[in-house]
Amino acid sequence: MDCNPGLIGPALITGLILGSLYALIALGYTMVYGVLKLINFAHDAVFAFGAVSTWYILGQVFGLVGPQSGLTLVIVLLAFLMIGGLASGGVAVGLERVAYRPLRKRHAARLSYLISAIGASFFATYMLQQDFLPFMLGPGPRQYPNVIEAGAAGFSFSLMNVRVTGPRLLVVVAAFVCFFILDRLINKTSTGRSIRALSEDPVAAQLMGVNVDRVIVTTFFVGGFFGGVAGALYGTLFGSIAWNLGFIPGIKAFTAAVLGGIGNIRGAMLGGLLLGLIENGSTICIGPEWKNVIAFTMLPLVLIFRPTGIMGERIGG
Amino acid sequence: MASSGTAAKTKREDLRAYLDRNFPRLSENLPDAAVGPMNVAFQGWRRMGYFRYLIAAALMATIPWLMDNDILPLLQGGYGINVLFTTGYWILLTLGLSVVVGMAGLLDLGYVAFFMLGAYTTALMTDSGGPDQWHLVTWSPWVVLPFAVIVAMAAGFILGVPTLRLRGDYLAIVTLGFHEIVRQSANNLTITNGSRGIAQIPSPVIDLPFWKLEFGLDAEYHWWFLLIPSILLAVIMIRHLDDSRVGRYWAAIREDEVAAAAMGVPVTKMKVLAFVIGASVSGVAGWIYAIKFGYIAPNSFPLLLSILVLCAVVIGGLGSIAGAVLGAILVTTLPEIVRELSGSEEVFGFDIEAGRIAVFGVLLIIVMIYRPGGLLAAQRRRTELQEAGAADGVVTILAADDTGASDTEGDPSDQQVKTRDADLWDVQKKGDE
Repeated sequence: MDCNPGLIGPALITGLILGSLYALIALGYTMVYGVLKLINFAHDAVFAFGAVSTWYILGQVFGLVGPQSGLTLVIVLLAFLMIGGLASGGVAVGLERVAYRPLRKRHAARLSYLISAIGASFFATYMLQQDFLPFMLGPGPRQYPNVIEAGAAGFSFSLMNVRVTGPRLLVVVAAFVCFFILDRLINKTSTGRSIRALSEDPVAAQLMGVNVDRVIVTTFFVGGFFGGVAGALYGTLFGSIAWNLGFIPGIKAFTAAVLGGIGNIRGAMLGGLLLGLIENGSTICIGPEWKNVIAFTMLPLVLIFRPTGIMGERIGG
Repeated sequence: MASSGTAAKTKREDLRAYLDRNFPRLSENLPDAAVGPMNVAFQGWRRMGYFRYLIAAALMATIPWLMDNDILPLLQGGYGINVLFTTGYWILLTLGLSVVVGMAGLLDLGYVAFFMLGAYTTALMTDSGGPDQWHLVTWSPWVVLPFAVIVAMAAGFILGVPTLRLRGDYLAIVTLGFHEIVRQSANNLTITNGSRGIAQIPSPVIDLPFWKLEFGLDAEYHWWFLLIPSILLAVIMIRHLDDSRVGRYWAAIREDEVAAAAMGVPVTKMKVLAFVIGASVSGVAGWIYAIKFGYIAPNSFPLLLSILVLCAVVIGGLGSIAGAVLGAILVTTLPEIVRELSGSEEVFGFDIEAGRIAVFGVLLIIVMIYRPGGLLAAQRRRTELQEAGAADGVVTILAADDTGASDTEGDPSDQQVKTRDADLWDVQKKGDE
């Protein structure tokens, strides 16, 4: 235990960047939990598809490899996030159709949902590991299109001894924009009202004319959309993706969702940032190889000492 | 199975009654002429008691011989014996996990962590690795076996006590995290030799004045003979637990935890017990794994393994011992058989080793939708996975209102009868027909 105070700055910045990413993924867990009271175990695969779809469509089909600039960059970035979000949203809706809806119709027990979601997640993840279809990644890591110049030539400034490059800044900004949009959506629109109603009292919501199936599909899509945005950001941030990219961020995002209060959207955001700060803060005193262990230990600790998370379990926040 | 213990004591059940109870549809199609003669054998088999396990052991012992002499159609020779060994320790793992998931209804996604702890305990307490390898003690593998089991059980206890109070679905992700914590710790610590792992774990030696045998020195099938008693003992232990008060407690907790607690079931204690029992079996599996392969590393225990064991248990049949065994056999041998039949590593451009996981993923969904009890479902559990879990609130309510393509037969009251008392339901159905 020899702490290095020089690492405080980098830990804070890295924690903020990764925490934003976790928060975006955590939104998907928390929304599905809010409505169905189930953990969507396949959300890690949904997240992965955000990275894979953008890698394939923009990188392989359109052949975007080099850094862009000016207006092109803005358009390309928007396209990135939209394609990632739509692809993952679509995957999430498909997942609901295949792995959740048949079970709902059959009045299955809780355990069945978890198991079938695990099945869906493993199917999707291990299909990506194959390579007989063009969008599959194969066993090795793949280069992700680097549309933002992250090297010395690109945009960057120094903050607390950390070089803040374009991709890093993008992750934080995009996460906060997404969070703002979602918060508006949930609290100010009629769709949002249906979602909140369903999560609060499903029977009353139904009696008031809420279309349950449609709201559930919407919830999966919205949660998946932000997961996909996170996937595209992940690719941009790290520059390479592999078939199992979703696994570790998936568990961490789930931890973040629980930390903030699962089912609570503001809680997911807070939990994500906190988890990012905690796990990276731990590198000040302990070696970085223990980062994951710290993050995973957080989960039982939170569940033991504050099972409803920091902000409680209400979806509206 | 649950009542067989008590029923057998008062009056021996005949085959027809057994079939009616466990396989009602099969029983309807079998004429008395077929059941009658088989009844003699059935009664005889029942009367044998523990002798049955000896017969099972003898049958299992012949498998390597059958393989050597090309009588079994597939998986012959030295390769087949390795598949047999893998299947063997997998059966131990699925039996243990079946207690946790199938009997107590706790979704444990980090089960292999206990297996890993058993294997690492074995490695750290025997004369393994190079001269700079850290050892707790250097004992013979035989002496280490109880310690491997105790460490696994202790880990089950330590993980179980704080987390088993939690709601069911949190447990899944906590155990998932636990697996990663154990694996990454083994990867980072110096005493476990990090990611390089520990090599040269010694084989056990039987050294009696009249008989000396070093396991695995002359023949690979020695290991299988080590597995046979382990598997049978695990089966006997689990069967007895399931037929006892503990098994009924587990069933009560699994079906409705709140009701069980209200009826005085010590819920947390029984859940921890299920965890510990499950962990003990995987501790034995870890011990055998370590001494057989002589080398363990964190990467030998990926999270995938935990999930695959779960796949085996679910596909085979939750809470059923035969189902656990069948699941282990399917998951380990099916890819090998496909590989042997196709004669290559790929089928339709599908890499078998990795592709099987995608296939098992689909199987999990299909099994959960169409046959939630698994291929060989335990009678006691057969209906309850379809149960509309009244305590589960929203899922049920949401499903109950779907006016569209609802394919549940009958009206809600039928559903009630079906879930409340499976036997009663069967009787009623028969009356209707």
